[in-house]
Amino acid sequence: MTELPLIGEAIAVAAEPRLAGARIGVVTFPGTLDDRDAARAVRLSGATAVELWHGDTELGDVDAVVIPGGFSYGDYLRAGAIARFAPLMSRIIDAANSDAKLPVLGICNGFQILTESHLLPGSMIKNDHLKFLCRDQVLRVENSNTAWTLDYEAGQEITIPLKNQDGQYIADEKTLDALEAEGRVVFRYVGFNPNGSRRDIAGISNAAGNVVGLMPHPEHAVEQGFGPESLDGIGGSDTDGLGFFTSVLNKIVGGDK
Amino acid sequence: MTTETTKKFNIDTVENAAKTPDTELPWAELGLKRNEFDEILKVLGRRPTGAELAMYSVMWSEHCSYKSSKNHLRQFGQKVTEEMKKDMLVGIGENAGVTNLGDGWAVTFKIESHNSPSFVEPYQGAATGIGGIVRDIISMGARPVAVMDPLRFGAVDHPDTARVMHGAVAGIGGYGNSLGLPNIGGEMVFDSVYQGNPLVNALAVGVMRHEDIRLANASGKGNKVVLFGARTGGDGIGGASVLASESFDDTKPSKRPAVQVGDPFAEKVLIECCLELFKGSLVEGIQDLGAAGISCATSELASNGDGGMQVELTSVLLRDPTLTPGEILMSESQERMMAVVTPENVEAFQAVMDKWAVEYSWLGEVTDTGRLIITWEGEVIVDVDPRTVAHDGPVYDRPFARPEWQDAVQADTFTGSVQDAGRPAAPAELAKAVTELVASPNMCSKSWITNQYDRYVGGNTSMAFPDDAGVVRVDEETGLGVALATDANGRYTYLDPYHGAQLALAEAYRNVATAGAIPMAVSDCLNFGSPEDPDVMWQLAEAIRGLSDACMVLGIPVTGGNVSLYNQTGSTPIHPSPVVAVLGKLDDVARRTPSGWREDGQAIYMLGTTGAELDGSEWANMRGHLGGQPPKVDLEAERALGEILINASRDGMIDSAHDLSEGGLAAALVESSLRYGVGARIALQDIMDRDGVDLFTALFSESQGRAVVGVPRSEEVRFTDMCTARGFAHTRIGVVDAASGALEINGVEGLSLDALREAHEGTLPKYFG
Repeated sequence: MTELPLIGEAIAVAAEPRLAGARIGVVTFPGTLDDRDAARAVRLSGATAVELWHGDTELGDVDAVVIPGGFSYGDYLRAGAIARFAPLMSRIIDAANSDAKLPVLGICNGFQILTESHLLPGSMIKNDHLKFLCRDQVLRVENSNTAWTLDYEAGQEITIPLKNQDGQYIADEKTLDALEAEGRVVFRYVGFNPNGSRRDIAGISNAAGNVVGLMPHPEHAVEQGFGPESLDGIGGSDTDGLGFFTSVLNKIVGGDK
Repeated sequence: MTTETTKKFNIDTVENAAKTPDTELPWAELGLKRNEFDEILKVLGRRPTGAELAMYSVMWSEHCSYKSSKNHLRQFGQKVTEEMKKDMLVGIGENAGVTNLGDGWAVTFKIESHNSPSFVEPYQGAATGIGGIVRDIISMGARPVAVMDPLRFGAVDHPDTARVMHGAVAGIGGYGNSLGLPNIGGEMVFDSVYQGNPLVNALAVGVMRHEDIRLANASGKGNKVVLFGARTGGDGIGGASVLASESFDDTKPSKRPAVQVGDPFAEKVLIECCLELFKGSLVEGIQDLGAAGISCATSELASNGDGGMQVELTSVLLRDPTLTPGEILMSESQERMMAVVTPENVEAFQAVMDKWAVEYSWLGEVTDTGRLIITWEGEVIVDVDPRTVAHDGPVYDRPFARPEWQDAVQADTFTGSVQDAGRPAAPAELAKAVTELVASPNMCSKSWITNQYDRYVGGNTSMAFPDDAGVVRVDEETGLGVALATDANGRYTYLDPYHGAQLALAEAYRNVATAGAIPMAVSDCLNFGSPEDPDVMWQLAEAIRGLSDACMVLGIPVTGGNVSLYNQTGSTPIHPSPVVAVLGKLDDVARRTPSGWREDGQAIYMLGTTGAELDGSEWANMRGHLGGQPPKVDLEAERALGEILINASRDGMIDSAHDLSEGGLAAALVESSLRYGVGARIALQDIMDRDGVDLFTALFSESQGRAVVGVPRSEEVRFTDMCTARGFAHTRIGVVDAASGALEINGVEGLSLDALREAHEGTLPKYFG
C-alpha cells in the first residue's frame, strides 16, 4: 500500500516538549476545508493534533477541540444547520457543558456550527455586501481570560485572515447587551467591519469562557511567510493566530497563566 | 423502476441496426458532417444505433477530438529535446501532464476553457469550469492544491459585461472557495472583442508522490468498472434532444439545460474520497467525467487499456429517470468519476464510498474482446472498437492563409497616428498619464475580484495576487514548492500571431522567474475563432508554430492543455488568445521574491533595455488604437533575465522583483510601490540616454525582457557584478523611500501613493459595485 503524504501532515513539531502530550481534536465534516490547517496550527504550537470524524459517537481522549472552517454538508441550507446534528456534535456539546468544561474553538463555519448548537448565542447571516470576502483583518482582543485567549493582552490588536460569505453576526439587543456586560465579546473588528456584524463583533465566548467562536481564521496566521500577506516583512507579524493555540495548551498543561 | 423506464423507449439495438440499414438518423442535427457519418458507417460496417451515434457525435466534436487543431498541435510533441523530456513523467494526451519536482514529488497542472457556457450562464459556466479542471487533476492521482483563473470580458462599460463578470467571479468563488483550494492568481482583460464571447479559462495544479501517478486506462480482464459521485441527469445534453425520437413519451421535460450545474460540496467530497482510494491503492485506472460524459469515460478508459469493456447502462444511477440511453451516454452531469477496480478491492472500495456517503454503481467489467459493448437490460446497443470513438476521429487539414488585412494592420503604427496626437510630455501631463494608466480597466487593481476568492486555505500559499506568480508550498519539511503564472495578450497576437503567442509564453516565463522559480513546464489554452475561417485558422496555425518554437528555445515542454475554437460573436472572431501557463519550481518557497519593495534605502534597478514599442500597448489601447507590430521577442534575453532573477532570489541578492509587461515601466513602478505602500525616488535619464528614448517612451513602452528589482545595499556590488558578468543590461534607476509616501519620478509631477491607490483600486468598484 502506498502512503500518500498529505500536505500538512509532515510538519516539524515545535518548541516545548511539555506541550506535546496535549491532544487537541480537529473535527472533519464532509465539506470541511480548513481541518488540515487547524491540525498544522496545533502541531506548530507544540501539541498533538487528533483527527475527529463527524460520524464518531465517542469523543475519545482529547483535551480540547477545534471545529474548523469550511462548508459543512455544502451549507446549502443554512451554515452549520446540518452539522449541528452530527453524532460527534452531541458529544462535544455535552463535554463543553460538563464540569470539565472542554475547551472548544469554532472558526468560521465552526463558529456557525457552535451557534446552531446553542453553545454560543446569536447567529450568522450573509455579509451585508452579499459577497464572499477574503482579507487581512485587524481584531482587538477584548477578553484575554478565555481558554483560547490567555496568551493575549486585553486590548491587544492582532491581524489574521478573514474569509467568508456568511459572516454577519446578529443577535437581539438583549443578548448583545448581556454579551457586552459579561465580557463575552472576545474579539471585535477594528478599522473596518467586513460584514456588517452587530457592534463589530468578530468572536464571542460562552459564560464559562471555554467555548469561543469567531469568524476570522487564526489557523491561517501561525507560520511566517504563510500568514497575512499584507504584513509580510513590513513590521507586522503574520503569526498572530498562534496565541489561540498556545493559550489553550498552557491552560491544559497548567502553565503560568 | 428500470422496467417501467425501458417501456418508454424504442431501444435501437445493434441487431436492429443491422436489420434496418435504411433508418434515417439525425446525424446532421448532432453536428456530424456527411463525410463523418460515412466514416462511422465504414468503421461499423452498418448503420450506428442511436446510442452509438450519440457517442460518435460527441466524441468527434471539435471540443473532444481536436479535429481542426490536431495536425498543428503535433508540433508540441515534436519540437521537444531529450533535455526537455527529462522531468516529464506524463506528457500530452492524458488528463493532465505530470512533471518531476524532485525528492519523489511530482506536480500536475492543466488549463482549460469554459467559454461559451460562461456567456450563457456565467455563474454555473465558470463554476463547472473549475470543477472540470480539478477532476482532471484528481484523475492523475494528485491532490489538487490551487486554482487560477484567466478571464476576458467585453468592454468594461457595456451593459452586459456586469452580468457576465458578476456571474463568472461569483461562480469561480462559490465553487472554488467551497473546495478548499486557494485561488492564487489569474488575469482580467476587458475588450469589446470578447463582448459576446467572454473567455473563462481555469487552471488547476495538484501534487503527488511519483508512485501515486494514476492513468486513465482499463486493464485486466474481469476488473470491475464503477461510476461514482453525483447521479446522472439531463445536464448539458442540449444536442442530444434530437434523439428524443427514441422516446415514446413526450410528457418528459423537453428543454434540457445546455449548461451543466455544479455542486461544489459533491466535488469536495469526491476529492477526499478519491484521495482515500489512491491512498489504499484501490483503483487500477480512473477517469473523470467531463465533456461527453460516459461516452468519453468508457471509450477512453477502454481504448487506453489492454482489452475491452462491457457496461450495462441501466445500472447508471439517474437523477432523471426519463433519460434515454443516448442522453445517458451524452450527459455532462458534474462531479462524477469512473474507475476500474479489481474484484479483491471491491469491498474496500465500497467502504470508502460509504464513509464519504458517495453514491456508486457497478456498471460492468473489463474484457479481452477489444470491443466496447454497452447493453440496455442485456440487449446490445453499442458494439464498437473504442479507439474509433476516442482516438481515431476525423482530422482536418483546414485551409489557412495570411489574412489580406494583416499587412494594413501591421503598417498602421501608433506613433504618428491620430490617436497619438498630444502625447504627454510635460511633468503634469505625464503624472496624469501614469494615473490614467493604472486606473484603466486592464491595468487597475484586480482585488475587487481576488478578494472574493480564498487565497489562504491549505496554509501553503506563499504568494498570490498581486504578485507576478502564485507560489504554493508542496513539502512542508523542505519548503519545496511551485510557482505558476498565466498570460496572454490578444492584441499582440492579433497583430502577429506567431510572435504574439511567443510573447504570451515569454511573459508567463518571466513572471515565474521573477518570483524566483525555475520554469519547468507549459500548459496552454488556445482560444480562437472559427477554424473554418482561413484567417482564423492561420492565426491558430501561426500561434501554435510560434509557441512550439519558443518552447524549444526556452527548453520547457508543453505537457497539456486545451483548444477552444468558434469563439466569436456572429462572424467576428475574438482576438486570437493563446493563454499560456508556465509552472516553475522553487527549492524553498521562503526564497520567493514578492513584487513590491519594502525597505527604505534599497537600490532599484531596471534590467533590460527599452525600445520605442508602443504598438499594441495598453497606452495605445487606452487611446483606441490597435495596429503595428507587437514588441520584439528575444527569447535568449528572456532566458538570461530569468537566470539572473532566479540566481538573485536563491542567493538573497534581491528583495523584490516585478516584471515589465502591459503598461511598461510606469505600471511596474506603481505596482511595486503600492504592493506594500512604500514609495520610491526614480530617475530615468540613464535609460533615456542609453536607449535613445524620451521619458514618455521609457515609461509606457512595452519592450520585453525587462524587470525592476529592489536590491539591498549590501548586495549591490554582488548583484551588479553578476549582471555584468552575464552581459545583461542593468541600470540603477532609483531608491526606495519609505518616508515619502509617494512615487517621485524625475520629470513627472509627484504622485502620492494615496492618490495612486485610489485610482488603481477604484475602477472595478466603480463599474461593478
